[in-house]
Amino acid sequence: MRIKIHVWRQKSADDKGRMESHDLDGLTPDMSFLEMLDCLNEKLTVEGAEPVAFDHDCREGVCGSCSMVVNGEAHGPRRETTTCQLYMRSFEDGAEIFVEPFRAAAFPIVRDLVVDRSAFDRIIQAGGYISNHSGPKPEPNSIPIEPIVQEAALDAASCIGCGACVAACPNGSAMLFTSAKVSHLGLMPQGQTERYDRVESMVNQMEEEGFGSCRNYAECEAQCPKGISIAFIGRMNADYLKSQLVQPDDRRGKMHAQ
Amino acid sequence: MTRFSKFYASSIGKKFIAAVTGLVLFGFLAGHVAGNLKVYTGADHVMVDGAEDAINVPHIDQYGHFLRVVGEPLVPKLFVLWGARVVLLLSVVLHIMVVVQLSMKSAEARPVDYVKSKKAAASWAARYMMVSGLIVLAFIIFHLLHFTAGVIVIGDFEEGKVYNNLRSSFRNPIVAIGYVVVMAMLAFHMYHGVWSLFQTLGLDNPDRNRFLRAFAIVASVGIAAGLASVPLAFLTGMLPDLGEYPSYLLEK
Amino acid sequence: MLNLDAKLPGGPIEEAWTNHKDQLRLVGPNNRPNYKVLVVGTGLAGASAAASMAAMGYQVESFCFQDSPRRAHSIAAQGGINASKNYRNDGDSTWRLFTDTQKGGDFRAREANVYRLAELSTAIIDQCVAQGVPFAREYGGKLANRSFGGVLVERTFYCRGETGQQLLLGAYSAMQEQIAAKRIKMHTRTEVMDFIVVDGKLRGLITRDLTTGEFKRHSADAVVLATGGYGNVFYLSTNAKGSNVSSLMRAYKRGAGFANPCFTQIHPTSIPASGDYQSKLTLMSESLRNDGRIWVPRKEGDNRAPVDIPEAERFYYLEERYPRFGNLVPRDVAARNAKDVCDQGLGVGPTGYGVYLDFAAAIKEKGADAVKAKYSNLFEMYERITDDDPVKTPMRIYPAVHYTMGGLWVDYNLMTSIPGLYAAGESNFADHGANRLGASSLMQCLADGYFIVPVTIGDYLSRVEPGEIGTDHEEFEKVESEVIEQTSKLLSINGERSSQSFHRELGKIMWEHCGIARSKESLEEGLEKIPKLRDEFWSNLRVAGESNHLNQTLEHAGRVADFMDFGELMCQDALAREESCGCHLREEYQTEENEAKRNDDEFAFVSVFEHKGDGQKPELNKESLAFEAFPLATRNYKS
Repeated sequence: MRIKIHVWRQKSADDKGRMESHDLDGLTPDMSFLEMLDCLNEKLTVEGAEPVAFDHDCREGVCGSCSMVVNGEAHGPRRETTTCQLYMRSFEDGAEIFVEPFRAAAFPIVRDLVVDRSAFDRIIQAGGYISNHSGPKPEPNSIPIEPIVQEAALDAASCIGCGACVAACPNGSAMLFTSAKVSHLGLMPQGQTERYDRVESMVNQMEEEGFGSCRNYAECEAQCPKGISIAFIGRMNADYLKSQLVQPDDRRGKMHAQ
Repeated sequence: MTRFSKFYASSIGKKFIAAVTGLVLFGFLAGHVAGNLKVYTGADHVMVDGAEDAINVPHIDQYGHFLRVVGEPLVPKLFVLWGARVVLLLSVVLHIMVVVQLSMKSAEARPVDYVKSKKAAASWAARYMMVSGLIVLAFIIFHLLHFTAGVIVIGDFEEGKVYNNLRSSFRNPIVAIGYVVVMAMLAFHMYHGVWSLFQTLGLDNPDRNRFLRAFAIVASVGIAAGLASVPLAFLTGMLPDLGEYPSYLLEK
Repeated sequence: MLNLDAKLPGGPIEEAWTNHKDQLRLVGPNNRPNYKVLVVGTGLAGASAAASMAAMGYQVESFCFQDSPRRAHSIAAQGGINASKNYRNDGDSTWRLFTDTQKGGDFRAREANVYRLAELSTAIIDQCVAQGVPFAREYGGKLANRSFGGVLVERTFYCRGETGQQLLLGAYSAMQEQIAAKRIKMHTRTEVMDFIVVDGKLRGLITRDLTTGEFKRHSADAVVLATGGYGNVFYLSTNAKGSNVSSLMRAYKRGAGFANPCFTQIHPTSIPASGDYQSKLTLMSESLRNDGRIWVPRKEGDNRAPVDIPEAERFYYLEERYPRFGNLVPRDVAARNAKDVCDQGLGVGPTGYGVYLDFAAAIKEKGADAVKAKYSNLFEMYERITDDDPVKTPMRIYPAVHYTMGGLWVDYNLMTSIPGLYAAGESNFADHGANRLGASSLMQCLADGYFIVPVTIGDYLSRVEPGEIGTDHEEFEKVESEVIEQTSKLLSINGERSSQSFHRELGKIMWEHCGIARSKESLEEGLEKIPKLRDEFWSNLRVAGESNHLNQTLEHAGRVADFMDFGELMCQDALAREESCGCHLREEYQTEENEAKRNDDEFAFVSVFEHKGDGQKPELNKESLAFEAFPLATRNYKS
């Protein structure tokens, strides 16, 4: 099978960048999308040109490294599929394919299709954990967790942090990513102690990183390779509002009898 | 930063404000449509001293009068009406302010567009919120100048004579059709607004989403249809001329 | 000659770890911030070690080549993690997990280490649950278990088919907490290039910033390597594309012993390769063997669709050959048998290298929905890759390189033969002998990272002066210039072949000569081919671009260079070990039934290789293994 590929080339964050077109022949439908890019890179290397830089690692859809927009959709046309798990059989012979990096101000381009997603790490640093030291812990069965709660938490925790939600959102919003972590920990009994502080500081960090706001387009959910539901955004909103409007800041305030 | 400014600085805080003000405006529209439907209930037939025949005082005119005097004597005349107007104006201003700020932030968050872009899920209503919102805003200004202030006069205008004012404007097909088109925009805007409101306030959840979605559709289409029915009814001549009456009758 | 004193604790094995810990020297809380510990790698072992040490108060710096610590390949582990909680009341215990691991490893591991691993297994579950890892629960809300290959108890804890992901995110978030507290400094997109050894002690390392190409010196009081396995020496493996042996090879060349490099686990249930362009193999969790029956057609060249082949003409070879364990035999046994039936021409699929994993029986018994729910993401993944629905037609599977039991030699404290350099997780050799049981690697990584290294490292640190050697020391100067020179060498060859093509060719040599079954003859042939390929690599490689920007080809070329050297070492080890054990099957040493035949009299030792200079044959050191608590026995999964 043959394709025409238009791929974004950009030398560095300061470079302007442009689309570059190549014809590729001799592909097979059982090839993965990244294997097709490997072929392109092999061809470029042999021709003495510089290969296209793209992030990838596990190639089994779970590390969250791959980060490209294929034909206008984050990770390409297949639902709940990362780019590395996208196969050429999803395209027709002779297809024209556009490959671009994830675009958002908070994800500056490093080179070609490689972007800097460290903003996500900083959101987690703001509170995406249950504070712990390593050492003796209570017997886990002493805190039973309803399977339905655990399953919901796991649905949220399945997020691979790839950033497709941000890339897909016309507003470059990171609400789905942030809400998935907030919900995972906020649903588990272990995460209750820090629940409201967590949502407050994670949301604040998200704002600081320059992500856009949620307009309920649901593009993030549709293009999320793990199918994370936007229901978690509503859940986070509720928790955040509660943290702002209900939870008192000053717990030491004295009250006087009249 | 104080607590409130921090809350306001966050996009969720702004969206909360957009949602609450939107809810106020939604509530207003629900009341507005309920009032407007009084054009269909006709008029009270009143015998006036010195007149030969009974005179019609339309229900909607009486309702308009009621809005002006409600609360008397606890509060002076027009107090409640102006109170409501202030709340509504504040809501509109806040609603627009936060939305503009959010949009600016979002535009900054996504400065470069894709060469090839494709939407996988976003509804038309969601994508054109800004457009529908701007049209509705322009309409509100026009509408206030038209029927409230009487600055823009189409046909006859006399303050307080709601029914006659409406009839005289909406017999003009351009005005009537224009109103109907804008109501369609309003439905569009309200549909995504109402639906998003549940998400913003964190009230949505997969179990009740079908109900919430249905509510958003029924409420937005219902309100817009109710409002749009009035110009159509006048235009088609479904609503008769109820004749003139002296305005002091409203005081009785 | 390496110093292979394993510092094994004396006394009864049940109390060994406790007694040993009590004897270790400690660093006081006020003194810990003075010590700088570098952790290379952010997988389960690296992240957990970094987080634990930082929480104790040490000054930690962490390195990973990915853009975020959360990407490490531990994330891809699907099946689960073992712990001898005995929640099922089926006779599990620390002792049972210890003996299972020893038997599974075919008695080529140090028993004190293995016992400690079993002992710590339960604490890992407690730790992870406290972090919020959403392990599967039963209806009453208690933790659920599933069974796994090679054992007769249900002791595997899991989160659907994404256990590794959830455990890693737990360790990652623990690490993020410490980064936020400024106790860990994280260096992402950073590759460790070489190590600084001064007066026999590890004192620091040189890194290359992968985005800017900048080389940087880091001094340290101790370094923990947690760089994972090196299965990518075979090019095709279930490892991530970035997984590499470079840090281990650098450490080896600086004096760390490399133990059992040839012990490679070939996982029995991977999706078969579909063509030459294949870039990696995807594993289907072994847990599928709980409900899947493995078979091939009895007739050679039977091209009928699998559903059309009647029961009598199907060869359920594992069930027939191993009635007691059936489809749940250990990984090496399952892998070898798959190769065996395919070599006989019974294999299925376009390449003839595949066997069926059939869920029809389980679906009939439990219903398609129940089976699908249990393995949902695996079924989806399979369908995405192959375009076949496992509910309708059996999966095709074939063995693939998966895990490397070998690694840097470490003592009981997990310190390598370079004082101050520790190795944790898959990058050390310690616990799995010649073969690893399913769901044990996550356990080992977390035992090392949460509970062992943070404790034992204090014993070493308490004996060194913090910050004694700074980055202005001449050794930093020397090693840095060597690193820069090697990088410019790679860029200046300007030949005609890509690093990718060399890697692929090396992988083929390794698979052919040092794969599922090995022989003296083929290993010797491999040892002739590798140096030739390496010579061509250094004379005909082409790396485009420069060193001062993100250059993925340059990164890859550097890693392939190390794989070349390592491939040779692996073959040398396989050749020297003239016995079969665990995953290491030498064709000359088999029982009449084609089972691995161990030679305990001559080979009950750990092979530890010592670098003697480039181009020189490495020296083989031996650490003999004693089996006192649990005596040697032959593995028997047949009855």
